[in-house]
Amino acid sequence: MTRYVMSIDLRRCVGCQTCTAACKNANATPPGVQWRRVLDLETGEFPDVRRSFLPTACMHCAEPPCAEVCPTEATQKRRDGLVTIDYDVCIGCANCVMACPYEARSIVHEPRFAYGDQPIASEAIRFDPSRISVATKCSFCKERIDAAAASGRIPGRDPEVTPACVNSCISGAMVFGDIDDPDSAVSRLLAKTQHFHMHEELGTGPSVYYIWDHA
Amino acid sequence: MKPNRPPLPGQPAPRLQQHWDWRAAGNFICGGSGGGLVLFAGLAGLTGAEVRPQLAAGLVLVALGLLCVWFEIGRPWRALNVFRHIRSSWMTREASVALALFGAGALALLTAHPTAQALAGLCGLAFVYAQARILAADKGIPAWRHARCAPLVLGSGLAEGAGLIAVTLAGGLQLAAAAVLVLALSARLLLWRRYLDGLRADHAPAASVQAFDAIAPRLVRFGHLLAGGLALLAAAGALGGLPGAGIALAAAGLLAAGAGWWFKYTLIRRAAFTQGIALKHHPVRGGKPASLASTPRLGNA
Repeated sequence: MTRYVMSIDLRRCVGCQTCTAACKNANATPPGVQWRRVLDLETGEFPDVRRSFLPTACMHCAEPPCAEVCPTEATQKRRDGLVTIDYDVCIGCANCVMACPYEARSIVHEPRFAYGDQPIASEAIRFDPSRISVATKCSFCKERIDAAAASGRIPGRDPEVTPACVNSCISGAMVFGDIDDPDSAVSRLLAKTQHFHMHEELGTGPSVYYIWDHA
Repeated sequence: MKPNRPPLPGQPAPRLQQHWDWRAAGNFICGGSGGGLVLFAGLAGLTGAEVRPQLAAGLVLVALGLLCVWFEIGRPWRALNVFRHIRSSWMTREASVALALFGAGALALLTAHPTAQALAGLCGLAFVYAQARILAADKGIPAWRHARCAPLVLGSGLAEGAGLIAVTLAGGLQLAAAAVLVLALSARLLLWRRYLDGLRADHAPAASVQAFDAIAPRLVRFGHLLAGGLALLAAAGALGGLPGAGIALAAAGLLAAGAGWWFKYTLIRRAAFTQGIALKHHPVRGGKPASLASTPRLGNA
């Protein structure tokens, strides 16, 4: 079996937002919608104050609450671990938005463009009307993963079939791959580090691992 | 790097959900009251009373709630897709039960047979239950997923139904209606108290608790104590043959229903804060000792 996961090394993340920009570029999300965000957190009390950067997006949960509540089966959990949305089936009821503890989903009800009501040339080319009034979110760059199956390339190793955010990360904080393959980079990294899942007490089984220290 | 301002959706602090507006609240308000009304009308029909007006009113309320949702969803012309996931989605189950409810309700209206009316009543109960479970399954909203939320939503729907049937019943059933209303209000008050205690004990977002605290005194005073008192007065009046019992019962019923609507509007629109984020561990850099992260103060909020 294959299960794609992502590890994010919080020790390495510098909060540059390059992954955010790469995601917007790769997926042509409209203004106000970010499938990937980097949160800027300040914890502690003066003088013991710490600043941390926390990249967040869809966690592609093993037990996705969004898929459970979706009344249309537009949201599906694939065998390779990706949680996907069929835009042609979704009715935009937002039940999945309420079910996601990671605030990873967005719905926009009207076309939005960067400069006024009309799209600029690049936006016009990439505008997808099927995304209006339906739920959208990070897909782990599903098209690239699907292309890997056809080309024989390996997601996480070959950039052409690896999520855009991972390719763009300037500090190497993000690693993607098959956790069921013990030789994958992500498996080897997770074996030698300590990591946690966001809100793991909710039993969603996120596929994103946050690394915070060595083993 | 400068923090982003103003906060974007998905920033770490709990945030009031913005996708379900008054139309979604309307579904829970009308659906709960309608389902409850159909239930009690079905039960009252077992006594041989004429309850078709109440049944019809309950069905109209449920339909009105579903119409609200139809106006809310992004792709209304695909609404029939809602029936595709009965295996785990309570929204699908709600829609499916609604079909059964309208079928049984139509049969009850056409035949006035007590069995058909009781069947419609059961469907009404199932509809309110399905609505409660929709909220319970929404893990992103701590105030909804709390284990004590669904019983309260169910209890409120029944209290609203008991209130509305009390408004409309006349004659010999008034005493029974008053007794049922007092019981339903007592149960809802108990569930309400337990729910608030549970939210506090389980560290629900402070803003959710504040939203409920803002309505709690008047909700209890008018929606339960006054309504319950009036219902008891009406019961005493019905027993003693005193005038004004019907008016007192109607007032009690309206207060009971109104309190339920107020609670549900608050639940959907004012107390529905998201989970926020949790940084469980600080990243260990530069040999600094590891520690558990405290609640983040937000650089960008």
